[in-house]
Amino acid sequence: MIARLQQVDKVYANGVVALRHLDLDVGEGEFLSLLGPSGCGKSTVLRLVAGLGEVSGGRIEWPNGNGRARGDIGFVFQDPTLMPWATVSANVLLPLKLRGVPGDEGEARAREAIGLVGLDGFERAYPRQLSGGMKMRVSIARALVTRPRLLLMDEPFASLDEITRFKLDNDLLQLWARQRWTVVFVTHSVYESVYLSTRIAVMTARPGRAASEVVIDAPAPRDEAFRTSPLYHEYCRQVSARLAEATRA
Amino acid sequence: MSALRRALPPVVIGLAGLVAWELVVRVNAIPYYILPGPLLVLQTLISDWRTLYPSLLVTLAITGAALLVATVAGVLISILFAQSKLIELGLFPYAVILQVTPVVAIAPLIIIWVKNIPLALLICAWIVAFFPIVSNTTLGLNSADHNLVNLFQLYGASRRQVFWHLRLPSAMPYFLGGLRISGGLALIGAVVAEFVAGTGGSQSGLAYRILEAGYTMQIPRMFAALLMITCSGILIFLALTGLSYVILRKWHESAVEREV
Repeated sequence: MIARLQQVDKVYANGVVALRHLDLDVGEGEFLSLLGPSGCGKSTVLRLVAGLGEVSGGRIEWPNGNGRARGDIGFVFQDPTLMPWATVSANVLLPLKLRGVPGDEGEARAREAIGLVGLDGFERAYPRQLSGGMKMRVSIARALVTRPRLLLMDEPFASLDEITRFKLDNDLLQLWARQRWTVVFVTHSVYESVYLSTRIAVMTARPGRAASEVVIDAPAPRDEAFRTSPLYHEYCRQVSARLAEATRA
Repeated sequence: MSALRRALPPVVIGLAGLVAWELVVRVNAIPYYILPGPLLVLQTLISDWRTLYPSLLVTLAITGAALLVATVAGVLISILFAQSKLIELGLFPYAVILQVTPVVAIAPLIIIWVKNIPLALLICAWIVAFFPIVSNTTLGLNSADHNLVNLFQLYGASRRQVFWHLRLPSAMPYFLGGLRISGGLALIGAVVAEFVAGTGGSQSGLAYRILEAGYTMQIPRMFAALLMITCSGILIFLALTGLSYVILRKWHESAVEREV
Protein backbone atom coordinates (compact mmCIF):
# COMPACT_ATOMS: atom_id res chain seq x y z
CA MET A 1 0.00 0.00 0.00
CA ILE A 2 1.31 3.42 -0.94
CA ALA A 3 -1.33 5.77 0.42
CA ARG A 4 -4.51 5.48 2.42
CA LEU A 5 -7.15 8.21 2.48
CA GLN A 6 -9.39 7.96 5.51
CA GLN A 7 -12.64 9.86 5.89
CA VAL A 8 -11.19 12.76 3.92
CA ASP A 9 -13.26 15.95 3.74
CA LYS A 10 -12.47 18.96 1.64
CA VAL A 11 -14.39 22.20 2.03
CA TYR A 12 -13.23 25.17 -0.02
CA ALA A 13 -13.08 28.69 1.36
CA ASN A 14 -16.21 29.61 -0.61
CA GLY A 15 -18.17 26.94 1.26
CA VAL A 16 -18.28 24.36 -1.52
CA VAL A 17 -18.01 20.85 -0.10
CA ALA A 18 -15.88 19.01 -2.65
CA LEU A 19 -15.31 15.76 -0.76
CA ARG A 20 -17.10 14.15 2.17
CA HIS A 21 -15.86 11.11 4.06
CA LEU A 22 -13.82 9.77 1.19
CA ASP A 23 -12.09 6.46 1.81
CA LEU A 24 -9.58 5.26 -0.73
CA ASP A 25 -6.56 2.97 -0.69
CA VAL A 26 -3.86 3.22 -3.30
CA GLY A 27 -2.03 -0.09 -3.65
CA GLU A 28 1.59 -0.55 -4.66
CA GLY A 29 1.99 -0.95 -8.42
CA GLU A 30 -1.65 -0.68 -9.36
CA PHE A 31 -3.23 1.42 -12.09
CA LEU A 32 -6.15 3.03 -10.27
CA SER A 33 -8.67 5.19 -12.10
CA LEU A 34 -10.97 7.67 -10.39
CA LEU A 35 -14.15 7.84 -12.44
CA GLY A 36 -17.03 10.18 -11.83
CA PRO A 37 -19.22 12.96 -13.18
CA SER A 38 -17.49 16.30 -13.70
CA GLY A 39 -17.30 18.39 -10.54
CA CYS A 40 -17.27 15.34 -8.27
CA GLY A 41 -13.93 16.22 -6.72
CA LYS A 42 -11.71 13.76 -8.64
CA SER A 43 -9.09 16.42 -9.28
CA THR A 44 -9.35 17.56 -5.66
CA VAL A 45 -8.33 14.06 -4.56
CA LEU A 46 -5.21 14.20 -6.73
CA ARG A 47 -4.30 17.65 -5.50
CA LEU A 48 -4.64 16.59 -1.87
CA VAL A 49 -2.54 13.47 -2.45
CA ALA A 50 0.09 15.63 -4.16
CA GLY A 51 0.12 18.02 -1.21
CA LEU A 52 -1.23 20.98 -3.20
CA GLY A 53 -3.78 21.70 -0.50
CA GLU A 54 -4.75 20.63 2.99
CA VAL A 55 -7.54 18.24 3.90
CA SER A 56 -10.39 19.82 5.89
CA GLY A 57 -11.04 16.61 7.78
CA GLY A 58 -9.81 13.02 7.94
CA ARG A 59 -6.28 12.16 6.93
CA ILE A 60 -3.95 10.80 4.30
CA GLU A 61 -1.52 8.15 5.52
CA TRP A 62 1.64 6.91 3.86
CA PRO A 63 2.26 3.47 5.32
CA ASN A 64 5.74 2.93 3.80
CA GLY A 65 7.63 6.02 4.77
CA ASN A 66 7.47 9.10 6.86
CA GLY A 67 4.84 11.09 5.11
CA ARG A 68 5.02 12.02 1.52
CA ALA A 69 8.41 12.44 -0.06
CA ARG A 70 7.89 15.09 -2.67
CA GLY A 71 10.23 13.54 -5.20
CA ASP A 72 8.25 10.33 -5.13
CA ILE A 73 5.29 11.95 -6.84
CA GLY A 74 4.90 12.93 -10.47
CA PHE A 75 1.93 15.02 -11.58
CA VAL A 76 0.46 15.34 -15.07
CA PHE A 77 -2.09 18.11 -15.48
CA GLN A 78 -5.05 18.22 -17.82
CA ASP A 79 -3.19 20.75 -19.97
CA PRO A 80 0.45 20.12 -20.85
CA THR A 81 1.39 23.11 -18.63
CA LEU A 82 4.78 23.66 -20.24
CA MET A 83 6.93 26.77 -19.94
CA PRO A 84 6.60 28.28 -23.44
CA TRP A 85 9.95 30.07 -23.19
CA ALA A 86 11.87 26.86 -22.51
CA THR A 87 12.89 24.04 -24.85
CA VAL A 88 11.54 20.50 -24.45
CA SER A 89 14.77 19.56 -22.75
CA ALA A 90 14.65 22.49 -20.29
CA ASN A 91 10.99 21.77 -19.50
CA VAL A 92 11.74 18.13 -18.68
CA LEU A 93 14.78 19.13 -16.68
CA LEU A 94 12.80 21.56 -14.48
CA PRO A 95 11.94 19.25 -11.54
CA LEU A 96 15.60 18.18 -11.25
CA LYS A 97 16.83 21.74 -11.49
CA LEU A 98 14.46 22.86 -8.73
CA ARG A 99 15.90 20.14 -6.52
CA GLY A 100 19.50 20.98 -7.30
CA VAL A 101 20.43 17.81 -9.19
CA PRO A 102 23.79 18.59 -10.83
CA GLY A 103 23.78 19.59 -14.51
CA ASP A 104 25.34 16.54 -16.16
CA GLU A 105 23.32 14.00 -14.26
CA GLY A 106 20.18 16.06 -14.84
CA GLU A 107 20.81 16.30 -18.58
CA ALA A 108 21.31 12.56 -18.84
CA ARG A 109 18.11 11.82 -16.94
CA ALA A 110 16.14 14.36 -18.98
CA ARG A 111 17.38 12.72 -22.19
CA GLU A 112 16.37 9.34 -20.83
CA ALA A 113 12.86 10.58 -19.92
CA ILE A 114 12.44 12.21 -23.34
CA GLY A 115 13.46 8.90 -24.91
CA LEU A 116 10.90 7.02 -22.82
CA VAL A 117 8.03 9.03 -24.27
CA GLY A 118 9.41 8.72 -27.81
CA LEU A 119 10.47 12.30 -28.40
CA ASP A 120 14.15 11.73 -29.26
CA GLY A 121 15.35 14.46 -31.57
CA PHE A 122 12.93 17.08 -30.23
CA GLU A 123 15.08 18.15 -27.27
CA ARG A 124 15.76 21.60 -28.70
CA ALA A 125 12.20 22.29 -29.93
CA TYR A 126 9.95 24.85 -28.25
CA PRO A 127 6.44 23.87 -27.08
CA ARG A 128 4.72 25.97 -29.74
CA GLN A 129 6.39 23.86 -32.44
CA LEU A 130 4.79 20.67 -31.11
CA SER A 131 1.35 19.12 -31.62
CA GLY A 132 -1.06 18.64 -28.71
CA GLY A 133 -0.12 14.97 -28.32
CA MET A 134 3.59 15.72 -28.34
CA LYS A 135 3.18 18.45 -25.72
CA MET A 136 1.41 15.93 -23.51
CA ARG A 137 4.33 13.52 -24.00
CA VAL A 138 6.70 16.26 -22.82
CA SER A 139 4.48 16.75 -19.79
CA ILE A 140 4.65 13.00 -19.03
CA ALA A 141 8.43 12.97 -19.50
CA ARG A 142 8.69 15.83 -17.00
CA ALA A 143 6.64 13.84 -14.48
CA LEU A 144 8.82 10.75 -15.01
CA VAL A 145 12.18 12.47 -14.81
CA THR A 146 12.29 12.27 -11.02
CA ARG A 147 11.61 8.50 -11.25
CA PRO A 148 8.49 8.77 -9.07
CA ARG A 149 6.89 5.87 -7.25
CA LEU A 150 3.48 7.44 -7.68
CA LEU A 151 2.24 9.10 -10.84
CA LEU A 152 -0.87 11.29 -10.55
CA MET A 153 -2.64 12.07 -13.82
CA ASP A 154 -5.53 14.54 -14.01
CA GLU A 155 -7.53 13.80 -17.18
CA PRO A 156 -4.31 14.07 -19.14
CA PHE A 157 -5.67 13.07 -22.53
CA ALA A 158 -9.12 14.68 -22.31
CA SER A 159 -8.35 17.44 -24.79
CA LEU A 160 -6.76 15.18 -27.42
CA ASP A 161 -8.43 13.61 -30.44
CA GLU A 162 -9.34 9.93 -30.18
CA ILE A 163 -6.58 8.60 -32.43
CA THR A 164 -3.87 10.44 -30.49
CA ARG A 165 -5.50 9.43 -27.24
CA PHE A 166 -5.48 5.69 -28.12
CA LYS A 167 -1.82 5.95 -29.04
CA LEU A 168 -0.94 7.67 -25.77
CA ASP A 169 -3.06 5.18 -23.79
CA ASN A 170 -1.06 2.32 -25.33
CA ASP A 171 2.30 4.01 -24.77
CA LEU A 172 1.38 4.80 -21.18
CA LEU A 173 0.44 1.17 -20.53
CA GLN A 174 3.72 -0.03 -22.02
CA LEU A 175 5.71 2.35 -19.86
CA TRP A 176 3.75 1.29 -16.81
CA ALA A 177 4.33 -2.40 -17.60
CA ARG A 178 8.08 -1.77 -17.86
CA GLN A 179 8.55 0.59 -14.94
CA ARG A 180 5.79 -0.38 -12.53
CA TRP A 181 5.13 2.87 -10.81
CA THR A 182 1.73 3.27 -9.20
CA VAL A 183 -0.71 5.36 -11.20
CA VAL A 184 -3.78 7.28 -10.04
CA PHE A 185 -5.58 8.37 -13.17
CA VAL A 186 -8.55 10.74 -13.16
CA THR A 187 -10.95 10.44 -16.07
CA HIS A 188 -14.60 10.80 -16.95
CA SER A 189 -14.39 8.24 -19.73
CA VAL A 190 -15.71 4.78 -18.85
CA TYR A 191 -13.97 3.28 -21.90
CA GLU A 192 -10.58 4.78 -21.15
CA SER A 193 -10.71 3.76 -17.50
CA VAL A 194 -11.58 0.14 -18.31
CA TYR A 195 -8.86 -0.05 -20.95
CA LEU A 196 -6.12 1.27 -18.70
CA SER A 197 -6.88 0.30 -15.14
CA THR A 198 -6.36 -2.61 -12.83
CA ARG A 199 -8.97 -1.04 -10.55
CA ILE A 200 -11.60 1.68 -10.93
CA ALA A 201 -13.03 3.72 -8.06
CA VAL A 202 -16.40 5.17 -9.02
CA MET A 203 -17.20 8.46 -7.30
CA THR A 204 -20.52 10.13 -6.53
CA ALA A 205 -21.47 13.62 -7.64
CA ARG A 206 -20.51 16.49 -5.30
CA PRO A 207 -19.78 16.12 -2.48
CA GLY A 208 -17.57 13.33 -3.77
CA ARG A 209 -17.00 10.03 -2.10
CA ALA A 210 -15.98 6.61 -3.37
CA ALA A 211 -19.26 4.83 -4.11
CA SER A 212 -18.01 1.51 -5.40
CA GLU A 213 -15.08 -0.11 -7.11
CA VAL A 214 -14.53 -2.50 -9.97
CA VAL A 215 -11.40 -4.60 -10.34
CA ILE A 216 -10.51 -5.05 -14.00
CA ASP A 217 -9.12 -8.54 -14.08
CA ALA A 218 -7.86 -8.61 -17.63
CA PRO A 219 -4.45 -9.84 -18.71
CA ALA A 220 -1.63 -7.60 -19.91
CA PRO A 221 -0.60 -6.60 -22.47
CA ARG A 222 -3.74 -4.75 -23.35
CA ASP A 223 -4.07 -3.88 -27.00
CA GLU A 224 -6.59 -3.50 -29.80
CA ALA A 225 -7.62 -7.16 -29.34
CA PHE A 226 -8.64 -6.36 -25.77
CA ARG A 227 -10.42 -3.17 -26.85
CA THR A 228 -12.70 -5.21 -29.14
CA SER A 229 -13.12 -8.25 -26.89
CA PRO A 230 -16.41 -9.25 -25.20
CA LEU A 231 -14.63 -9.07 -21.82
CA TYR A 232 -13.83 -5.38 -22.37
CA HIS A 233 -17.41 -4.61 -23.29
CA GLU A 234 -18.73 -6.55 -20.32
CA TYR A 235 -16.52 -4.45 -18.00
CA CYS A 236 -17.62 -1.24 -19.70
CA ARG A 237 -21.26 -2.21 -19.20
CA GLN A 238 -20.63 -3.00 -15.56
CA VAL A 239 -18.73 0.22 -14.87
CA SER A 240 -21.36 2.30 -16.68
CA ALA A 241 -24.04 0.76 -14.46
CA ARG A 242 -22.03 1.60 -11.34
CA LEU A 243 -21.50 5.12 -12.56
CA ALA A 244 -25.25 5.58 -13.24
CA GLU A 245 -25.95 4.29 -9.74
CA ALA A 246 -23.43 6.66 -8.16
CA THR A 247 -24.78 9.65 -10.07
CA ARG A 248 -28.35 8.87 -8.99
CA ALA A 249 -27.47 8.38 -5.36
CA MET B 1 3.35 39.21 -46.95
CA SER B 2 6.94 40.25 -47.59
CA ALA B 3 8.47 43.19 -45.74
CA LEU B 4 8.75 45.13 -48.99
CA ARG B 5 5.09 44.76 -49.86
CA ARG B 6 4.13 45.75 -46.34
CA ALA B 7 6.29 48.86 -46.47
CA LEU B 8 4.94 49.93 -49.85
CA PRO B 9 1.50 51.40 -48.92
CA PRO B 10 2.71 53.77 -46.18
CA VAL B 11 5.67 54.90 -48.31
CA VAL B 12 3.43 55.64 -51.30
CA ILE B 13 0.96 57.56 -49.13
CA GLY B 14 3.80 59.49 -47.48
CA LEU B 15 5.38 60.48 -50.80
CA ALA B 16 2.01 61.49 -52.24
CA GLY B 17 1.39 63.65 -49.17
CA LEU B 18 4.77 65.37 -49.50
CA VAL B 19 4.23 66.06 -53.21
CA ALA B 20 0.76 67.49 -52.50
CA TRP B 21 2.20 69.68 -49.70
CA GLU B 22 4.94 71.04 -51.98
CA LEU B 23 2.38 71.72 -54.73
CA VAL B 24 -0.05 73.50 -52.38
CA VAL B 25 2.77 75.73 -51.11
CA ARG B 26 4.00 76.58 -54.63
CA VAL B 27 0.64 77.01 -56.39
CA ASN B 28 -0.73 79.28 -53.65
CA ALA B 29 2.64 81.01 -53.18
CA ILE B 30 2.38 80.55 -49.39
CA PRO B 31 5.21 82.48 -47.74
CA TYR B 32 7.84 80.32 -45.96
CA TYR B 33 7.12 81.98 -42.60
CA ILE B 34 3.56 80.62 -42.69
CA LEU B 35 4.17 77.18 -44.15
CA PRO B 36 7.47 76.09 -45.72
CA GLY B 37 7.40 73.31 -48.32
CA PRO B 38 9.08 69.98 -47.60
CA LEU B 39 12.02 70.75 -49.90
CA LEU B 40 12.81 73.95 -48.01
CA VAL B 41 12.55 72.08 -44.70
CA LEU B 42 15.03 69.53 -45.99
CA GLN B 43 17.38 72.28 -47.18
CA THR B 44 17.18 73.97 -43.77
CA LEU B 45 17.85 70.69 -42.03
CA ILE B 46 21.07 70.34 -44.02
CA SER B 47 22.15 74.01 -43.74
CA ASP B 48 21.36 74.25 -39.98
CA TRP B 49 22.73 70.80 -39.17
CA ARG B 50 25.59 72.22 -37.12
CA THR B 51 23.15 73.96 -34.76
CA LEU B 52 20.46 71.32 -34.71
CA TYR B 53 22.57 68.17 -34.38
CA PRO B 54 24.13 69.05 -30.97
CA SER B 55 20.64 69.89 -29.70
CA LEU B 56 19.36 66.55 -30.95
CA LEU B 57 22.11 64.82 -28.97
CA VAL B 58 21.13 66.77 -25.82
CA THR B 59 17.48 65.75 -26.17
CA LEU B 60 18.38 62.14 -26.96
CA ALA B 61 20.73 61.95 -23.99
CA ILE B 62 17.93 63.03 -21.64
CA THR B 63 15.48 60.65 -23.34
CA GLY B 64 17.89 57.73 -23.10
CA ALA B 65 18.78 58.41 -19.48
CA ALA B 66 15.10 58.81 -18.53
CA LEU B 67 14.20 55.55 -20.29
CA LEU B 68 17.04 53.73 -18.59
CA VAL B 69 16.09 54.99 -15.13
CA ALA B 70 12.40 54.32 -15.86
CA THR B 71 13.24 50.74 -16.86
CA VAL B 72 15.38 49.99 -13.84
CA ALA B 73 13.11 51.76 -11.35
CA GLY B 74 9.95 50.45 -13.05
CA VAL B 75 11.08 46.84 -12.92
CA LEU B 76 12.24 47.17 -9.31
CA ILE B 77 8.93 48.76 -8.28
CA SER B 78 7.01 45.99 -10.08
CA ILE B 79 9.05 43.36 -8.27
CA LEU B 80 8.24 45.09 -4.99
CA PHE B 81 4.53 45.09 -5.94
CA ALA B 82 4.70 41.41 -6.82
CA GLN B 83 6.05 40.54 -3.37
CA SER B 84 2.88 41.52 -1.58
CA LYS B 85 -0.63 42.46 -2.56
CA LEU B 86 -0.65 44.93 0.35
CA ILE B 87 2.30 46.91 -0.99
CA GLU B 88 0.75 46.93 -4.46
CA LEU B 89 -2.63 48.11 -3.15
CA GLY B 90 -0.96 50.77 -1.02
CA LEU B 91 1.36 52.23 -3.64
CA PHE B 92 -0.29 51.64 -7.00
CA PRO B 93 -2.78 54.54 -6.66
CA TYR B 94 0.15 56.93 -6.22
CA ALA B 95 1.81 55.63 -9.35
CA VAL B 96 -1.49 56.34 -11.11
CA ILE B 97 -1.65 59.86 -9.64
CA LEU B 98 1.87 60.54 -10.87
CA GLN B 99 0.84 59.27 -14.29
CA VAL B 100 -2.41 61.23 -14.72
CA THR B 101 -0.99 64.57 -13.53
CA PRO B 102 0.07 66.40 -16.71
CA VAL B 103 3.84 66.73 -16.80
CA VAL B 104 3.52 70.28 -18.22
CA ALA B 105 1.82 71.26 -14.98
CA ILE B 106 4.44 69.84 -12.62
CA ALA B 107 7.53 70.55 -14.74
CA PRO B 108 7.80 74.21 -13.55
CA LEU B 109 7.80 73.04 -9.92
CA ILE B 110 10.44 70.43 -10.54
CA ILE B 111 12.59 72.98 -12.37
CA ILE B 112 12.29 75.33 -9.38
CA TRP B 113 13.17 72.60 -6.88
CA VAL B 114 15.98 70.96 -8.82
CA LYS B 115 18.62 73.52 -9.67
CA ASN B 116 20.49 71.22 -12.04
CA ILE B 117 18.54 71.65 -15.30
CA PRO B 118 19.47 68.36 -17.05
CA LEU B 119 18.55 66.51 -13.85
CA ALA B 120 15.22 68.34 -13.66
CA LEU B 121 14.49 67.43 -17.29
CA LEU B 122 15.45 63.85 -16.58
CA ILE B 123 13.01 63.68 -13.67
CA CYS B 124 10.17 65.06 -15.82
CA ALA B 125 10.83 62.58 -18.61
CA TRP B 126 11.12 59.77 -16.09
CA ILE B 127 7.73 60.59 -14.52
CA VAL B 128 6.09 60.27 -17.93
CA ALA B 129 7.97 57.13 -18.96
CA PHE B 130 7.93 54.89 -15.92
CA PHE B 131 4.23 54.14 -15.57
CA PRO B 132 3.70 51.81 -18.58
CA ILE B 133 6.68 49.74 -17.45
CA VAL B 134 5.40 49.47 -13.87
CA SER B 135 1.83 48.70 -14.83
CA ASN B 136 2.71 46.15 -17.54
CA THR B 137 5.46 44.40 -15.62
CA THR B 138 3.29 44.13 -12.50
CA LEU B 139 0.53 42.59 -14.60
CA GLY B 140 3.06 40.20 -16.15
CA LEU B 141 4.54 39.12 -12.83
CA ASN B 142 1.03 38.28 -11.60
CA SER B 143 0.08 36.42 -14.79
CA ALA B 144 2.14 33.26 -14.38
CA ASP B 145 0.16 30.15 -15.38
CA HIS B 146 -1.61 28.88 -12.26
CA ASN B 147 -0.86 25.24 -13.03
CA LEU B 148 2.82 26.02 -13.47
CA VAL B 149 2.79 27.70 -10.07
CA ASN B 150 1.34 24.45 -8.67
CA LEU B 151 3.97 22.43 -10.46
CA PHE B 152 6.77 24.51 -8.93
CA GLN B 153 5.11 24.07 -5.54
CA LEU B 154 4.89 20.31 -6.06
CA TYR B 155 8.62 20.09 -6.63
CA GLY B 156 9.30 22.17 -3.54
CA ALA B 157 10.53 25.29 -5.34
CA SER B 158 11.64 28.20 -3.16
CA ARG B 159 10.15 31.68 -3.56
CA ARG B 160 13.30 32.76 -5.30
CA GLN B 161 13.15 29.86 -7.77
CA VAL B 162 9.50 30.60 -8.57
CA PHE B 163 10.46 34.20 -9.18
CA TRP B 164 13.49 33.61 -11.42
CA HIS B 165 12.29 30.59 -13.34
CA LEU B 166 8.58 31.35 -13.61
CA ARG B 167 7.38 34.87 -12.80
CA LEU B 168 10.17 36.77 -14.51
CA PRO B 169 10.00 34.90 -17.85
CA SER B 170 6.17 35.12 -17.76
CA ALA B 171 6.41 38.89 -17.34
CA MET B 172 8.89 39.38 -20.19
CA PRO B 173 6.35 39.97 -23.04
CA TYR B 174 4.36 42.37 -20.84
CA PHE B 175 7.50 44.24 -19.83
CA LEU B 176 8.64 44.59 -23.44
CA GLY B 177 5.20 45.91 -24.44
CA GLY B 178 5.47 48.54 -21.69
CA LEU B 179 9.01 49.41 -22.73
CA ARG B 180 7.86 50.15 -26.30
CA ILE B 181 5.28 52.63 -25.02
CA SER B 182 7.74 54.16 -22.54
CA GLY B 183 10.36 54.76 -25.24
CA GLY B 184 8.09 57.20 -27.07
CA LEU B 185 6.85 58.73 -23.82
CA ALA B 186 10.39 59.40 -22.57
CA LEU B 187 11.04 61.45 -25.71
CA ILE B 188 7.77 63.36 -25.30
CA GLY B 189 8.52 63.96 -21.62
CA ALA B 190 12.00 65.26 -22.40
CA VAL B 191 10.71 67.64 -25.10
CA VAL B 192 7.83 68.93 -22.96
CA ALA B 193 10.17 69.58 -20.04
CA GLU B 194 12.60 71.40 -22.32
CA PHE B 195 9.78 73.63 -23.51
CA VAL B 196 8.97 74.55 -19.92
CA ALA B 197 12.60 75.00 -18.88
CA GLY B 198 13.49 76.93 -22.04
CA THR B 199 17.21 76.68 -21.36
CA GLY B 200 19.62 78.50 -23.63
CA GLY B 201 23.26 78.07 -24.47
CA SER B 202 25.12 74.92 -25.38
CA GLN B 203 22.93 72.74 -23.14
CA SER B 204 19.75 73.40 -25.09
CA GLY B 205 17.79 70.60 -26.66
CA LEU B 206 15.59 70.53 -29.73
CA ALA B 207 12.56 72.01 -27.95
CA TYR B 208 14.56 75.12 -27.21
CA ARG B 209 15.59 75.32 -30.88
CA ILE B 210 11.90 75.22 -31.81
CA LEU B 211 11.05 78.01 -29.34
CA GLU B 212 14.01 80.07 -30.49
CA ALA B 213 13.14 79.61 -34.19
CA GLY B 214 9.54 80.59 -33.43
CA TYR B 215 10.60 83.85 -31.80
CA THR B 216 12.79 84.75 -34.76
CA MET B 217 10.27 83.62 -37.39
CA GLN B 218 12.63 80.92 -38.73
CA ILE B 219 9.68 78.66 -39.48
CA PRO B 220 11.62 76.23 -41.75
CA ARG B 221 14.01 75.58 -38.87
CA MET B 222 11.04 74.84 -36.58
CA PHE B 223 9.90 72.24 -39.05
CA ALA B 224 13.41 70.81 -39.38
CA ALA B 225 13.68 70.40 -35.58
CA LEU B 226 10.20 68.87 -35.47
CA LEU B 227 11.23 66.43 -38.19
CA MET B 228 14.23 65.38 -36.13
CA ILE B 229 12.08 64.75 -33.04
CA THR B 230 9.61 62.70 -35.04
CA CYS B 231 12.35 60.65 -36.70
CA SER B 232 13.97 60.02 -33.31
CA GLY B 233 10.64 58.80 -31.95
CA ILE B 234 10.23 56.43 -34.88
CA LEU B 235 13.78 55.11 -34.49
CA ILE B 236 13.29 54.54 -30.76
CA PHE B 237 10.08 52.64 -31.48
CA LEU B 238 11.72 50.51 -34.18
CA ALA B 239 14.73 49.77 -31.99
CA LEU B 240 12.55 48.64 -29.06
CA THR B 241 10.31 46.61 -31.39
CA GLY B 242 13.44 44.92 -32.75
CA LEU B 243 14.66 44.19 -29.24
CA SER B 244 11.29 42.70 -28.34
CA TYR B 245 11.36 40.51 -31.45
CA VAL B 246 14.88 39.24 -30.77
CA ILE B 247 13.98 38.28 -27.20
CA LEU B 248 10.57 36.71 -27.93
CA ARG B 249 10.94 35.24 -31.41
CA LYS B 250 11.68 31.72 -30.21
CA TRP B 251 8.56 31.27 -28.13
CA HIS B 252 5.98 34.05 -27.94
CA GLU B 253 2.91 34.22 -30.16
CA SER B 254 3.45 37.91 -30.90
CA ALA B 255 6.78 37.22 -32.59
CA VAL B 256 5.94 33.98 -34.37
CA GLU B 257 5.51 34.02 -38.12
CA ARG B 258 2.75 31.65 -39.10
CA GLU B 259 2.10 30.01 -42.41
CA VAL B 260 -1.56 29.52 -43.07
